[in-house]
Amino acid sequence: MSVLRVVSAGFAPTLQDFGRPQVQNLGVPPSGALDATALRIANALVGNPSDTATIELRVMGPTLEVASDAVRVALVGTSAALEILGERRVEAPPHQSIRLTRGRRFRIGGLSDTGVAYLAIEGGFAIEPVYDSLSTYVRARIGGVEGRALRDGDALPLRLEQAEERAERRCADQSWRRENGPIRVIPGPQDDYFTTDSLEAFFSGEYTVTREADRMGMRLDGPILQHSRGHDIVSDGIVTGAIQVPGNGRPIVLLADHQTTGGYPKLGAVISADVPRLGRMKPGDALRFAAVSVEQAEAARRALEDRTARVIERFGSAEPWLDEDALYGRNLVSGIVGSTESVL
Amino acid sequence: MTETTTAPHVLPRFLSAGDTAFVVEFGETVDPVVNRRVMQLGEAARAAGIPGLVDLVPTFRSLLIHYDPLVTSRATVEASLRGLLSDSDSEVREGRLWEFPTLYGNEFGPDLEEVAKRTGLTPERVVELHAGTEYKVYMMGFMPGLAYLGIIPKELELPRRSEPRVRVPAGSVSIAINLTNVYSDESPGGWHLLGRTPVRLFDLHRDPPILLAAGDRVRFRSVAKDVYDELAERVRTGDTSFHPVEAGAMA
Repeated sequence: MSVLRVVSAGFAPTLQDFGRPQVQNLGVPPSGALDATALRIANALVGNPSDTATIELRVMGPTLEVASDAVRVALVGTSAALEILGERRVEAPPHQSIRLTRGRRFRIGGLSDTGVAYLAIEGGFAIEPVYDSLSTYVRARIGGVEGRALRDGDALPLRLEQAEERAERRCADQSWRRENGPIRVIPGPQDDYFTTDSLEAFFSGEYTVTREADRMGMRLDGPILQHSRGHDIVSDGIVTGAIQVPGNGRPIVLLADHQTTGGYPKLGAVISADVPRLGRMKPGDALRFAAVSVEQAEAARRALEDRTARVIERFGSAEPWLDEDALYGRNLVSGIVGSTESVL
Repeated sequence: MTETTTAPHVLPRFLSAGDTAFVVEFGETVDPVVNRRVMQLGEAARAAGIPGLVDLVPTFRSLLIHYDPLVTSRATVEASLRGLLSDSDSEVREGRLWEFPTLYGNEFGPDLEEVAKRTGLTPERVVELHAGTEYKVYMMGFMPGLAYLGIIPKELELPRRSEPRVRVPAGSVSIAINLTNVYSDESPGGWHLLGRTPVRLFDLHRDPPILLAAGDRVRFRSVAKDVYDELAERVRTGDTSFHPVEAGAMA
């Protein structure tokens, strides 16, 4: 069987695709990639359908070993390099596809420039989905590898027996990662549970992402918000991006692994076009909010999808990475130096 | 959860929840009439086959409509739902009826004695009242497969425990305020534990993994230790199949 071996897991990577938003009515969180834009681009680079499960990386990436004839991978969402280990340690740049052959080990180090990055593998994983998704929801042990984060020694079964040689792709356009401007929010459903002054403070103040940030949500530091009608409500539904404010007045932005219902008032919800930006944030990052209408949000979402599609259309070609160890190893047998088969 | 005396809204409120969902709110309390209206709209919306709907999440007092903004829009979905409100006097389908064998008291229901003391009832009477009522799944939430069931007999109403437990075993049958539930997985919890059922409400090795859905009906049947043990053994050895006693009129 074709396998990607986890030599060293790094910081609890999980398998994520677009999640399972259709079973929230059963109490199952939607889960899925924190940065769906990066997920799409990563999958496109290796030629996968956009909803294929990839490895979502946070804080510190893994060291992996190719235990199949050849795999094609792409690292997206960080400036960190993909370090290929061997006699000559080589750094392959991110945002391009690369084909690696059997026995090759590669490593992704610290992710200091983003909250989240993705490693897509051509063909994806040969793992049974749960409610149509491979996304991992660790708290209920759903999805991924036995419902948990990857750990040292895991053998990830791959769908593809062998990645064929072909031209590699590169995503030169990085502007999608550097969107700035305020995070856009639609007020509601319980904006009327807050004082006018608090709403004004929320939309004019600056917040910082605290260390209490994970796939479920991130607690923010900044202006404290006052409830005008108490801080308990009879539970109602929650969306990804919802800004809930418990009794202490400190807002929490809920992310992909959020509970499906909750009993704290929700001041507003971050628009879907800006949810991937939240995923990229890390503790210490500053953010501001701006109120927008539903119509503006819907237009922003369409614009994001169009822009992502254009980024993908404009992929360039990348020089294939020349696996010199393998090349020389093969040349010893064949005696042909610089054979086109080895180079391309 | 607060208990207020707010009356149900005469007309439901349409509230924003980002650009991938919105809320239709029928009230702000746990109330059978309010929940019935939530269920009616949910069923009507499901039956109408509105394009672009992703999920419908009924809660005690509101319906959250998840939609795909790349397929449809808030305005379009909202218009469809407003159209469905007019005939929301329609019957709610009879949900499936489940009967959970439950071992009450002792280590399986460590709060039974205290609940009896605080309500001024005998433990036997607490069990009789709890098991003698048919409940409805008002909503699913908190964790996969967990159902909020209501409404328990008035005599059993108690606020949540002042000190929540760090670990409540899966299958624990519990009460708090005017509701009862079965913990679908091990979890921290502040409800009063009356007993335990060997039935798994959430099991990833079963298809489908989750048993209950909003609108279903639930009864608890008090069983003796040997019956419980036999069922628990069946579950432990991998047979987690469990079926409703009435199929209900599935939509």
